Amino acid sequence: MEFFERFAIPHPSPAIYASMVAIALTMVAIVAGLTYFKKWGYLWREWLTTVDHKRIGIMYLISALLMLFRGGADAIMLRAQLAVPENKLLDAQHYNEIFTTHGIVMILFMAMPFIIALMNFVVPLQIGARDVAFPRLNALSFWLFFMGAMLLNISFVVGGSPDAGWTSYFPLAGTEFSESVGSNYYMIAIQIAGIGTLMTGVNFLTTILRMRAPGMTLMKMPMFTWSVLVTNVIIVFAFPVLTVLLAMGTFDRLFATHFFTTTNGGMDMLWANLFWVWGHPEVYILILPAFGVYSEVISTFARRNLYGYKSMVASMVLISLLSFLVWTHHFFTMGQGALTNSIFSITTMAIAVPTGVKIFNWLLTLWKGKIEITTPMLYSLLFIPLFTIGGVTGVMLGMSAADYQYHNTMFLVAHFHMVIIPGVVFAMLAGLTYWWPKMFGFMLNERIGKWTAWIIGISTLVAFMPMFFSGLDGQARRMYTYSESTGYGPLNMISFIGAVGLAVGFVLIAYNVYYSVRYSPRNISADPWDARSLEWATHSPVPEYNFAIVPQVDSSEAFWDAKKKGHELFKGEYEKIHMPNNSGVPFLMSCIFFVWGFSLVFSMWIPAIAATIGILACMAHRSFEKDHGRYISVEEVEETESKLRGAS
Amino acid sequence: MKMKRAFLSVIFVLATVLAGCEPLMVLDPKGPQAERQAHDIMLSIGLMSIIVIVVFALLAFMLIKYRASKQSKDYEPPHIEGNIIVEAICVGIPILIVIFLSIVSVKSNYIVEAKPEGYGDKEPLVVYASSSNWKWHFSYPEENIETVNYLYIPTDRPLEFRLYSYGPITSFWIPQLGGQKYAMSDMITTLHLAADSPGEFMGRNANFSGKGFAENTFEVTAMPQAKFDEWVDEVKETAKPLTEEKFDELLEPGHLGRSTYTGTHLKFLPPPEGHHHGSGNSDEHSEDEHAEHQQSSESHKGSEHHSH
Ligand code: HEM
Ligand SMILES: [Cu+2]
Repeated sequence: MEFFERFAIPHPSPAIYASMVAIALTMVAIVAGLTYFKKWGYLWREWLTTVDHKRIGIMYLISALLMLFRGGADAIMLRAQLAVPENKLLDAQHYNEIFTTHGIVMILFMAMPFIIALMNFVVPLQIGARDVAFPRLNALSFWLFFMGAMLLNISFVVGGSPDAGWTSYFPLAGTEFSESVGSNYYMIAIQIAGIGTLMTGVNFLTTILRMRAPGMTLMKMPMFTWSVLVTNVIIVFAFPVLTVLLAMGTFDRLFATHFFTTTNGGMDMLWANLFWVWGHPEVYILILPAFGVYSEVISTFARRNLYGYKSMVASMVLISLLSFLVWTHHFFTMGQGALTNSIFSITTMAIAVPTGVKIFNWLLTLWKGKIEITTPMLYSLLFIPLFTIGGVTGVMLGMSAADYQYHNTMFLVAHFHMVIIPGVVFAMLAGLTYWWPKMFGFMLNERIGKWTAWIIGISTLVAFMPMFFSGLDGQARRMYTYSESTGYGPLNMISFIGAVGLAVGFVLIAYNVYYSVRYSPRNISADPWDARSLEWATHSPVPEYNFAIVPQVDSSEAFWDAKKKGHELFKGEYEKIHMPNNSGVPFLMSCIFFVWGFSLVFSMWIPAIAATIGILACMAHRSFEKDHGRYISVEEVEETESKLRGAS
Repeated sequence: MKMKRAFLSVIFVLATVLAGCEPLMVLDPKGPQAERQAHDIMLSIGLMSIIVIVVFALLAFMLIKYRASKQSKDYEPPHIEGNIIVEAICVGIPILIVIFLSIVSVKSNYIVEAKPEGYGDKEPLVVYASSSNWKWHFSYPEENIETVNYLYIPTDRPLEFRLYSYGPITSFWIPQLGGQKYAMSDMITTLHLAADSPGEFMGRNANFSGKGFAENTFEVTAMPQAKFDEWVDEVKETAKPLTEEKFDELLEPGHLGRSTYTGTHLKFLPPPEGHHHGSGNSDEHSEDEHAEHQQSSESHKGSEHHSH
């Protein structure tokens, strides 16, 4: 019995028991459904073992959307608790767990996979490649991310969630002040997912540098691909810091080392520094691909080429460098003194310059355009004003002396939500709507889509603008309650209303998917938006090999040139196509990683050692395996092509 | 049209918030440091509003002028690569703004990190403010008294807070007197404040520190020096001495009301003064303070003393 006690929730509540039941029922339903419809084989062959970048992209997408709802449910609970003073909906412990998992889930398990989903689906198509450089590594990346996310999600019902904030500052997150296994989950779940992301970084860097279609020089890449290239450079430099940081945190928690403790020479400031050495570049990892999406969408629907291509590229490269030079702005108040703060204050505000250049370039892309407001365009047009508010408040936070007043308040919370929601979330929704027909061969409903965009756009303002004021009025972040006399009540009530609006918007997205699956016409063309880059030059949905003939490129808008200027994209005859084989090893290895992580969380050493051996065995298997892929014959290509040409 | 609706809703939110509200705490400063910060905040809000308005206006212009519905069917937008002059303006103006704000920011840094100006040669009142889960302990070494969860301070005199923590990182914050600073277990940070008028202010820990964080507040009362001295005398007559046992009891996690003692815990539990950070000119003080507390050196969990 004692063995099982460790899995108990330290602070149970009816909500947690209800979720346990809900999780169990969902699992049973999934298993029963798969069995009843005899889909186990399909699931294994087509999805669990796939190495196809498009399918992996779609799996990332589904995970991201699921996590959006998980994180959104957290958010609604948080805002409901704060809607009125002295509310008793949640107690301090639950509130702390919920804002912690909200942050982790939204940033690491919603925004990151959403970005990687689009990266996966779009980049190989945009550069005219057949897959990524290391397809099997790609599958491993996904499954590691997935297992990391699942591990964190079960913390809620097994052993207790982390409760020290998504920043998990030590010594609070150390064993001195957090005894439950919650922070173990933090260290290990994010570690597993983070290794996956690091692999993605290596993979896409190689893919973009080595696998572009003939003629596509770096300066002829579509802007989304450029943004992904820069993002992955940041990933490759920033994520190793996270890996090391989490390893140190794990050692402190599991093996009683003293990196960050209050005693024996531990240094709590070291955690804060290393966290933000990764953390600040991380926020640019989130925003740059979003900028890439906006560049594609705005240029497509302004029916014009992107204004200032070169300065767009230059500003992203500059941002990637600067993003490593500003981390101290997250703790101007740690006592470094005026000189250090001054230096970091300047570098921080300097980042706003290249960011501003991008805003002006988008505005100038609209200039002399022929603007058509579709759903993706609507998100982009809402993004510009809302993100500007978020961005300029960033500059305000960068004024270090003034930041002593903003830091740790709702003002800061308002800032980062006003950059992340209009910046990243709108971009992902725009990208989702924009590339949806390429993924699935039908469009999402435009009417519902536009309604959704308006509701989400306005709700974002309603939810987050009041926080600028309550922050300046002294409301600290992460307080589970406040007294009536503070006068924060009305502002928080407005925020709650905005949060409900956002929830309505997200439910509408799900409804739109359902509605469009049922009613959307399937006889659309391969290029329904009249777009400009290569991904629109192949069929919808895209065949396994992407392009029957590798395209020839000589500008950043090769497909547009083909449509308007008679540029010939596909020269030559069909040839047999070399493709990678599917493999179950990435999935299997990630499952073992899950067992490894779970065992470590609960300090169960024997299964942990067994799992470690299992992981090494999978790696050894890969090293000695002889798998040279397979060929798709010319006849097969011809057959697929003629079938698809009939379809679209 | 829809843009306009969005716009109106923004203004509506702002208006409802601004009306029917007392001045926001941070923008209602009662001391020179907070005043400087409020000034920076208002200045940057002003400048940033200009940028926001320019962006909104450009966007509105583009949307009104270049909507497809406003143009002929066969209009083909031109191919425009970019223009050096336009781009130079887009880079140049933000650079000028950032340079200006940088100058302000650097100046302010040196102001808020130094002893407040304008109080002649008055010596600062030194207060050691330490946090433990989830309380604040205020030690007045010169007056030789200590309080829990409330702070009395004299007006018109520089205040120098030496901050440290018997637990997680906390952040000492009295919004109306000035911005916050971290209190940590392994070093002391220094925060310079001053109060210009008597009154009661909200003080709190602003940095999340676990379960009891929300209630981790303290009350600040500023009063003229004479009254402050009276209070000190009264404490010395009426309060009980702070013993080591009593202090250990106070450190236990939980919430406490106010309490007052003669003597300070600095005597038997020296703060982590070996690591001294925060600002330049406070080091002179720390020398003599240091010697004063050297006699007692019993170490205690949570206040390990590391030397460089
Ligand atoms: C325009 C350029 C930007 C500037 C100058 C800026 C500046 C800052 C500063 C100074 C802070 C720290 C404030 C404090 O803790 O007191 C901060 C926090 C933050 N910013 Fe920004 N920011 C900018 C853009 C962005 C973007 C584009 C994102 C994300 C997509 C972002 C996400 C965040 C997040 C997540 C935090 C705080 C996280 C936390 O403490 O939990 N920022 N920003
Ligand atoms: Cu940052």
